[in-house]
Order: sequence, then C-alpha cells, then structure tokens
Amino acid sequence: MPCWYSEIPLFTATSRHYVDRLFDPDPQNVLQGVIDMKNAVIGNNRQKANLIVLGAVPRLLYLLQQSSSSLELRTECAVVLGSLAMGTENNIKSLVDCHIIPALLQGLLCSDLIFIEACLRCLRTVFISPVTPVQLLYTDPTVIPHLMSLLSRSQHTQEYITQIFAHCCKTPEHQTVLFNHGAIQNIAPLLISPSFKVRMQALKCFSVLAYENAQVSMTLVNVLVDGEQLSQVFVRMMQRDKPIEMQLTAAKCLTYMCRAGAIRTDDNCIVLKTLPCLVRMCSKERLLEERVEGAETLAYLMEPDIELQRIASVTDHLVSMLADYFKYPKTSVLDHDLKHAHELRQAAFKLYASLGSNDEDIRKKITETENMMDRIVSGLSESSIKVRLAAVRCLHSLSRSVQQLRTSFHDHAVWKPLMKLLQNAPDEVLVMASSTLCNLLLEFSPSKEPILESGVIELLCSLTQSDSPALRVNGIWALMNMAFQADQKVKVEIVRALGTEQLFRLLSDPDTNVLMKTLGLLRNLLSTRPHIDQVMSSHGKQIMQAVTLILEGEHSIEVKEQTLCILANIADGNTAKELIMTNDDMLQKIKYYMGHSNVKLQLAATFCISNLIWNEEDGSQERQDKLRDMGFVDILHKLTQASDPNLCDRAKTAMQQYLA
Amino acid sequence: TNPRLCLTAPIEFGVGHVVDGTSLVSAVCTAQGFVFNYSTHTSLLSADISALLLLTGDPAFNYQEHELNERLKRLYPAVNEEETPLPRSWSPKDKYSYIGLSQNNLRVHYKGHGKNHKDAASVRATHPIPAACGIYYFEVKIVSKGRDGYMGIGLSAQGVNMNRLPGWDKHSYGYHGDDGHSFCSSGTGQPYGPTFTTGDVIGCCVNLINNTCFYTKNGHSLGVAFTDLPPNLYPTVGLQTPGEIVDANFGQQPFVFDIEDYMSEWRAKIHSMIARFPIGERLGDWQSVLQNMVSSYLVHHGYCATAMAFSRATETMIQEDQTSIKNRQRIQKLVLAGRVGEAIDATQQLYPGLLEHNPNLLFMLKCRQFVEMVNGTDSEVRCFSVHSPKSQDSYPGSPNLSPRHGATNAHVHNTGNTDTLHTNIFEYAMHASKAKHIKLNLFTNVVYLHSPETSSAVDCVFWCVDSDSEMEIEAEHYSNGVTESSTRIMNGTYKHQEILQADDSSVDDSCSSRQLCGGNQAATERMIQFGRELQALSEQLCRQYGKNATHKKMLQDAFSLLAYSDPWNCPVGQQLDPMQREAICSALNSAILESQNLPKQPPLMLALGQATECVQLMARVRSGSCSFARVDNFLH
Repeated sequence: MPCWYSEIPLFTATSRHYVDRLFDPDPQNVLQGVIDMKNAVIGNNRQKANLIVLGAVPRLLYLLQQSSSSLELRTECAVVLGSLAMGTENNIKSLVDCHIIPALLQGLLCSDLIFIEACLRCLRTVFISPVTPVQLLYTDPTVIPHLMSLLSRSQHTQEYITQIFAHCCKTPEHQTVLFNHGAIQNIAPLLISPSFKVRMQALKCFSVLAYENAQVSMTLVNVLVDGEQLSQVFVRMMQRDKPIEMQLTAAKCLTYMCRAGAIRTDDNCIVLKTLPCLVRMCSKERLLEERVEGAETLAYLMEPDIELQRIASVTDHLVSMLADYFKYPKTSVLDHDLKHAHELRQAAFKLYASLGSNDEDIRKKITETENMMDRIVSGLSESSIKVRLAAVRCLHSLSRSVQQLRTSFHDHAVWKPLMKLLQNAPDEVLVMASSTLCNLLLEFSPSKEPILESGVIELLCSLTQSDSPALRVNGIWALMNMAFQADQKVKVEIVRALGTEQLFRLLSDPDTNVLMKTLGLLRNLLSTRPHIDQVMSSHGKQIMQAVTLILEGEHSIEVKEQTLCILANIADGNTAKELIMTNDDMLQKIKYYMGHSNVKLQLAATFCISNLIWNEEDGSQERQDKLRDMGFVDILHKLTQASDPNLCDRAKTAMQQYLA
Repeated sequence: TNPRLCLTAPIEFGVGHVVDGTSLVSAVCTAQGFVFNYSTHTSLLSADISALLLLTGDPAFNYQEHELNERLKRLYPAVNEEETPLPRSWSPKDKYSYIGLSQNNLRVHYKGHGKNHKDAASVRATHPIPAACGIYYFEVKIVSKGRDGYMGIGLSAQGVNMNRLPGWDKHSYGYHGDDGHSFCSSGTGQPYGPTFTTGDVIGCCVNLINNTCFYTKNGHSLGVAFTDLPPNLYPTVGLQTPGEIVDANFGQQPFVFDIEDYMSEWRAKIHSMIARFPIGERLGDWQSVLQNMVSSYLVHHGYCATAMAFSRATETMIQEDQTSIKNRQRIQKLVLAGRVGEAIDATQQLYPGLLEHNPNLLFMLKCRQFVEMVNGTDSEVRCFSVHSPKSQDSYPGSPNLSPRHGATNAHVHNTGNTDTLHTNIFEYAMHASKAKHIKLNLFTNVVYLHSPETSSAVDCVFWCVDSDSEMEIEAEHYSNGVTESSTRIMNGTYKHQEILQADDSSVDDSCSSRQLCGGNQAATERMIQFGRELQALSEQLCRQYGKNATHKKMLQDAFSLLAYSDPWNCPVGQQLDPMQREAICSALNSAILESQNLPKQPPLMLALGQATECVQLMARVRSGSCSFARVDNFLH
C-alpha cells in the first residue's frame, strides 16, 4: 500500500479536532478554536476540503448567525468561511448548498463594520465563482438596496460590493434592477476613489451595466463626476500610462455607450481615444486575454460604421497584427493552451468580419494578408463551434465582394468546407453559412457551377422549411440566385425539389423577405421563352392563382411590383400568354395597375401589356383587338403623356405595335 | 514691377502689427520701400517681410514663439538646447533650389518644373533631433497636393542629396503621399499606410529609445514604419510637382495626434524598468549600502540625534565621534544664524589651524561676516543693540536645513552702473551713508505704518523630528511678512525674510531691524572698521598668493551693499538673503570634515550627482531613455 494512504486518517484526525472545538461549551474556547482553524486553513486546500467534509460549515454558519455569539466570534467565523471559499470550485458548491448566501446577506444587517466587511469579502468570493448562480443575489428584493446603502461605509465595502455587482449583472433584467436602485448615482463617485481596486471595480460595473442597454447608456452620458463628464473620466482612464486592465475596461464602457446610441460614432472620444486604445489591446505585447477582449470589443464597436472600419484598418497595422493571432500553437497537450488558441482565432475572425463588412479596399487588404484564405478555410472545419462560427462570419463579410468571389474564393474552393459546414450545424452557424452560400451562388461567381454539382438544391430546399425566418430567407434567396439565368435542367430540378406545395406555402409566408425572394425565384424561373412555356404548362394554374392572390392582397408596392414583373414574364411566353389572355379578371387587374398612382407598378403593368400585343408573334392581331376593345389603347395613349420618361417610352413602344 | 504685389504686402503687414503707432508707420514705410525695390523677387519679398516682422516684434509671431517654447519645454524637458538645439523651422540653407520657404520658414512650396523624379526637391529642418528628446514628434499639414501629390515626409541625415524625396537614399527615410508607401533608404517603397492629400495632417514620431519611427494621419497612429534608425536625423520634407504646399508644425501649434499620451506610456515603461531593476541575490548588500548612505548623510549635516537613532535601529556604525558631530553642528548653526564672527571663533577654537590653512575659506567667511553686519545679525553688531543677543538661534531649526539640489541660485547682479563705483565704493559709501540714513529711516517707517501685515502675520512652524533630539527646535514662531515658496528646501519650511527679527523683539524692533547694522550708530562704525580690516586682509592675500578675481568680486559685491539706500532692495541685495549662508556653511563643514579625514561630501550627494551626470551623459551618447529617467522624477 502506498504510504500516503495512511496519512489521510491523520489529516482527518487533526481536522476533526478543529471541528470538535467548535462545539466546546466555553465560548472563549470556541473563539480560540475558530482562530486556530483560520490559521490552519490558509492556503491549504486539503485542509479546507477536510473541514467541509467533516461538517464545519453548518456549525460556522450557526455560530455566525447566533446573536448570542460575540461579535468577534461571528467575525472570525465569516473570515474562516471566506477562506474556505477561496479554495476549489467544489468548496464553493458545498458552501452554497449549505445556504451560506442568505446567512451572510442576513449578517450585513448588523451595524458593526468589521463584521460587515468580513461577510462581504466572503460573499464576494462566493459570487465571483462561476459555479454560483447569480440569481441568488436577486431573490430577496431588499438585498440590492441594502448593498447600495453599504457603499458609503468604507473602501472595502465599496470594493466588494462593486465587484459583486460587476459579476452578477448578466441579463437586461439584472441591469434594470441595479439601475432602478440607483447604481449609477451610487457608483459614479467611486470612479475617483483613492483606491485603485475600488476605481477598477466601479469601472467594471459600468461596463456590464451599459452593455446593450440604451437606458443606462443615455443616463451615463449625463452623469458628472466631480464636475467632469463621465465620458471624459473614462477617456482619462484610457491614458496609456494607466494599467492595461483599466484602459481596456474604460474602452469597453465607451464602446457600449456608443453602440447603445448614447455617443456618436464620430465623437472624438470614440474616434481618437477608444478606437486607438482597442487597437493597442490587440498588440502582441498584450496578454492573450487582453488581445481577445480587445479584438472582440473593437469588432463590436465598429460593426455598424464604415468610417470607424476605415480608420481601424489603417491604425497600427491592425490587419497584419491580427494575423499574429493565428500563430499561437494549435496543437498542445495543455487544455488551456488550446482554449487560448481557439479564443484568439475566433476573436481575429470576428474582427476581420467587422473590418471587411463594408469597404472593398479593406476586404482586399484582408484577403491579401498572409495565408488568410487558408486560415478561414481551415477555421470552417475546426472543432470549436465558436471558431467555426467566427470563421464563417468572416467569410460572409468577405463574400460581399464581387472581386473576391471571382478570385480568392474560387482559388481556395471555399465552397467545399462551406458545404460541409451546412450539414447539421447549429442554427447560428447555418444562418451565416447559408447567407455566404447565397453570395457564392451569384451568377458571376465561378463557384456556382461546382456548388450546383454538389447537390446543394435539396439542402437549400430543406432550409426553406426551417422555423427560423432567417434560414428560410437564406434558403430561398440562394435558390433565387441559383435560378438566375440557369439551365432548364437546373430550373426543373429546383421546382421538383422544392415542390409546388412548398413554393406556394412560401408565397404566403408571414416574412416579407421570404415572400420577396420567393417571387424573385419565380421570376428567375420564368425567364427565356421556352422555360416560361414549360413551367407554365405544368404549373400554370397554381401560379396564376398565386399571382391573383398577391395582387388582391394587402402587400407592399415592392411585392406587387415583383408580382407584376412575373406576369410580364408570363406574357412573354408563347403558350403561356394565353393564360393571361383568357383570364379577363387578370386583364382587369393589369388595367387597374396601369392607372395606379405608383409609377413602378404602372411601368410593370405596361410591360405586361406590351408583351401581350407584341407584333411579331402568332396571334398578335387577335390579342391587340381584344385589348383595344377592353380600352387598353386609351390607357396607353394617356400614358404616352406621362411625366415619367421611362413610362412614357414604354407606352409609346406599345402603341407602335398597333401602328405597325 | 507688379503693382498688386506692392499693395498687398504692406496691408497684410499693417493688419498683423498693432503694437505702437510710430513703429508701425516707420515699419510700413520701410516695407514699402522694400517692395518697390525688390518686388520682382516674390520669395525674397516674403522672407524679408517676415524678417522685418521679427525685428519689430509682430505680436502674433511672438505669441507663437512663446507657445513653441512652452510646448518644447514641456515635451522635451531633458534637452539642453545650448548643447543640442531643437528643430524649430525649415533651414533656408539646407534645401534644394526648387524649394521655396515662407511663413517664418514653416511653409514649404515647390517651385521647380516637376517633370519627373529628377525634379524632386527636399528641405531639412534647422537642427537634428536631439537624442535627449526620448520621443520626438512633428506634424506636416498638406496645404495643397499640387499637380500629382508626390510628397514625402520623413527624416534624413546631414549631407543627404536634397535633389531627392526623403527615403530614396542611404540615411534617408520617408512616407509618400501618392502611394502611401514607406521608403527606407531605397528607391522602391514598401506598402505602409494610406495615401495622403490636401487637408491631411501627417505626423512623424521618432522613438529614440528603441530607434524606431511611426507616422500618424489625422491623429491616428499608422504603426511602425522604420526600425534601427541612425542618430542625428533631421526632419525632412520633399516635394516633386508644381503647386505642392505643406506647412510644418514643430510645436508652434497643438498637435493633432496625442503625442503626450504616447510619451506617458514610455515614461511609465522606463520608470517600471528602473523600479524593477533586478538586484537578485544581493538584496542584503543593497540594504546596507542604502542604510550607510542615509546614516552618513545625517552625520554629515550634523543631525546628531537622528543619526544616532537611525544607527541604533539599523545596527549600523557611525564613523565619526559624537562630540565631533556636535561641534560641527554648533558651528553650522552659528553660520546659518548669521553669526559668522562667532562661527569663526568657534572654528578656530575647536579646530586650530584649520582656517589658517584655508585662507580662501577664511576670507569667504569674513566677507559673509561683513554682509551679516550689514544685515544686523552678526554678534559684533548685535551687541550694540538694546536687546542683547539671545542664546536662541535666529536661524530657525538650524542646521536641519538640507542643501538644495540642482537649484543653483544664480546671483542676479546688475553691474551696469555700479562698475565705476567699485574701485572706491568703500570710501564713497562711508561719506554718503550718514546723510542717506536719515531719509532711509523715515522712508521705511512710513512703509511699515502703511503695511502692518509684515509684522501682524504670525506663522507657527513646528519641527518634530525626534523627541530626544536637542538640535530640533520644537516650536518656533516669528512674524511672517512674505510667504515664501518652500519648494527650494527639502526638510521643513522656512521664512527667510523674517529671520532678522527672530528673537523676542517687539513690533517696533522689527521695524528698525531693516536698517543698516540694526540702525545702531556704534554698530555701523564697527562695520566700517571691519570693512577696512577686510580690505586689508584682501590686500594681504593678494600680496601673498597673487590676484584672485573671485575674492575681488566677493569684496566688491559685499561693499556695494552700502551704496544703496535700501540694501535689501538693491541689485546686490540678494546677498542679504539668509539662504546665501548655506553655501559658506557647507564649505566650512566640508573643510572641517576634510581636516578630520572624512569625506567632504556625503555619499548620498555623490550618488545623486553621479546619477544626474549619468543621465546627461546618456543624452550625449544618444540613449533616448534618459528623457524619461530624470533624477528629479525620483526626488519628492
């Protein structure tokens, strides 16, 4: 038997002795016992675990809560509990299970500052652990106001309470609770506290409070600290001789305030201070965590603003600086190394995505960065979902460039890993990947052909049946792009795979985007005469029904315009024409739209008539006669006087068919 | 000639110049004369006008000059401009002929043909960038990109061909506007940053600590452009096509980029490097060295009780015997109290032969004694006053006054019209003084009546250094007229102005104390007699050791005091400032220590001096970090 085995009883024996002393009838002995226990557990995780196993915690809590205990004893109990909480996550779990939180919160009602500080220190340690449910802070509604009132007691209470708030404010509800209890007014003065720790924790509080919260952000811009605007206080905290943690957190605060609309993106404190500060955080000199946070925050800051993207793209060689994020070893025996590598890569992808989302020159600069496309391609198939998502976001951002689609995207066959990614990925990845696929299926994209051949149609059709509107849009959008100027074979395949039933379901989709793209798909399917006739001969009845429904329904101008365009395409077919000519109701609708107040609709309707009366086709004479009888010539005549030059031209061209 | 030119120039001139009417008129006349004579040469004209403006003191220009000086002093405190002047404008001498300068040599325009790269032209600043800047920065605003915007901004060494853009040749570095490339001593550029054009402000920052350079565009850092830069580079701009105009800002205006923020990062870096300097295993050695430094410093200045307490606490040895320290302390106290005569007696008694071997020191002491007689503080004149001298020292808390570091009190002394008096100043003063004194007394009395705050403001200063110390005076109060800044002194606060009436004298007494020799006739006569003896001593020394210019000057300065009705408010009145006792006090102290075979300077001061000297040496050997490693940063 290995010798260390025999030591365990020894350890537990001494530990048991400590616990036994807590039950001594003489209070003085109990106090001494607790003090000895305190000295024994400092820095000794095994001792801590032993004491917990032996049931010291409930007894300590009992002593702490007893009003008959001396204040000194109660304080020492809180100190020992705080020390136990400093150990492993298991320790914290055991403490929480013993209901330490309500007991300590109750202790805060005592008037003695030393005791309050001991309780707060222990609460702080418990709450900052990831295993503690933050909700426990909010269960009793009197707790937050009481903590706010304790902020004025001492620098220690300030430090611990702000640290608790900073860790326990995770949702918009938490933000609102803290905001409603005066968090801003109570914490703002702490930003100029003489204690660095207090300043730092107060700053962290503001960063979590302002995140995606317009109400907090709007309030923050108007707060004065010692006569100075809060944003200026944050700017001072970003000065380059301040500790990095402080610079980074202050930059986060300003970023969140800016994104929440409280500070303009062209404000000097953003353009000349926050943005350069965040770029500095991405430098190789910073710690890995700082580089990750810096890049993520910067990506978030400039996401909606092209000007910030342009400035960032030339600041301190950011684009090539980010390439260093990929140089952290990918393979390592150590788990945390791997985690760092993942974090770095996903942060870099996110920042590249944000940088390249609008400006063509920046996209070019990114794709020209060393091995960038290879990195994205391998990123798409990484084990970490976070990296995959960020990589596909980056790819999506770059896919908005015609030039990149034609060159680097094709050269690196990015469609292959993208297609692989689309097989059973989580929804958020699917949205990005399918959106990217839409761009890759544009007619000028050389990747369109190989993607078609890979059997993507089934996959896209299945996306259109998704519950997520974003996925439905992307699916139908990709099909629309695919059908544009496609072969007959492809079109037939799309119609077959999608099925008319699904097609018509999409035409009544509650999401306008889906409807628009479906109409777009129909329009693309119904182009070039033989295709029109073929599609209409097999699905004519349903299509005409759908068109009628839409034209009669409550839809936007854009939807109706798209529908009239479909009708115009149908009117261009040889046999398909008859479906309109024989449908007087439809002809009346066309007539109605020719006299509509919206020029776009007038134009589309006129187009349709123009196609019907076109001279060189069989039976044109009969159609012309019928339409004249229905009064279309008078309308056309009127339209030749229209103020819109396009409409006027179109009407004149149509009239000429009668004259020839 | 072009008449438009003649009209516009003087008008602009008149607008800028609003100091006084007559000089304006004459200046305009001169300018007009100039214009008519030379108006065919446009560039000459503008240069000469600006020269004129300089002479007649254009207020806008003076303001800019003031701004520049303030900013440069703040940005580059370690630069000694007497040794290494900072660039302040483009050099009219160090440029290619296609370059035109205007607006105080800050604006550069191209005046060549601009056909191809052979027509490129550059200009360098007046001086190279001193290494002691640590971090140097200048900005260039593109006023106009001209035809093609082939502009280069950068750095070059002395002697690099000016018929080129910066960056194309060895020891030349540039960032070009047309393609945004950086040129590192090569005809082919590297992709570096964005292009720049009209309206952009381009900054160039040289880091002399790591010898790198980065540029900024409209306040945004573009990242490192060059590494391993050689020393002594000049700010340089180059232009190549007609119409190109750029303006430099060497500190005349606030910079667009926040260079001070960048500097603060490097200051913090260097300071933490110093603070974290590894001392490894030798921690114990360092501690004992530091303890010895403190202890020897205390002993040197005679802080006897504090030194003893310190040595007990740190278990260090004190070399010098305690009585010896106390003796020195006593003598120092006397000198600092202005009782120099007594100090001389005490020195002669305690250290026989010391002053005899140091005739220069003795002469200095006697000169000081004379000054103190004028002051009315030396015991030889005080004994004549109604109140006998008290045993209490009139120099408060002496000698726990530490020497001042670095602040060399320049002896402000206007010799303009006293020169002729110097030869026989003494005789002259003797005859003139009596008559003048009556007026002087009247005058001062009136003054005191009208400004009672001189005596009414009573200031209490406490020194509580060590309870068992006998040298520190626990509490001392004396009337305080002038609140003097205490920054010059390290330990405690002193009000030197009022030392003179520091005993229990009444308000009346304080009025009379501002009179020559305390206003006592007998004392004045004693002073005159002492002056003669001093004169004799000087002559004797002169015969014995040859002429001594320092002695002569010292004597003249001392005697000059008598030439003024109010010696305290005269060009040489600074001598009467009790602060002036410190130098002679420390010289005497050093002489005594030296005679006892002890170091004449405390090691702490040696170390401080050495550190200061090292930092200056770093500047000379072009180590830029000296800028942020200043000794004053560590003295509080």
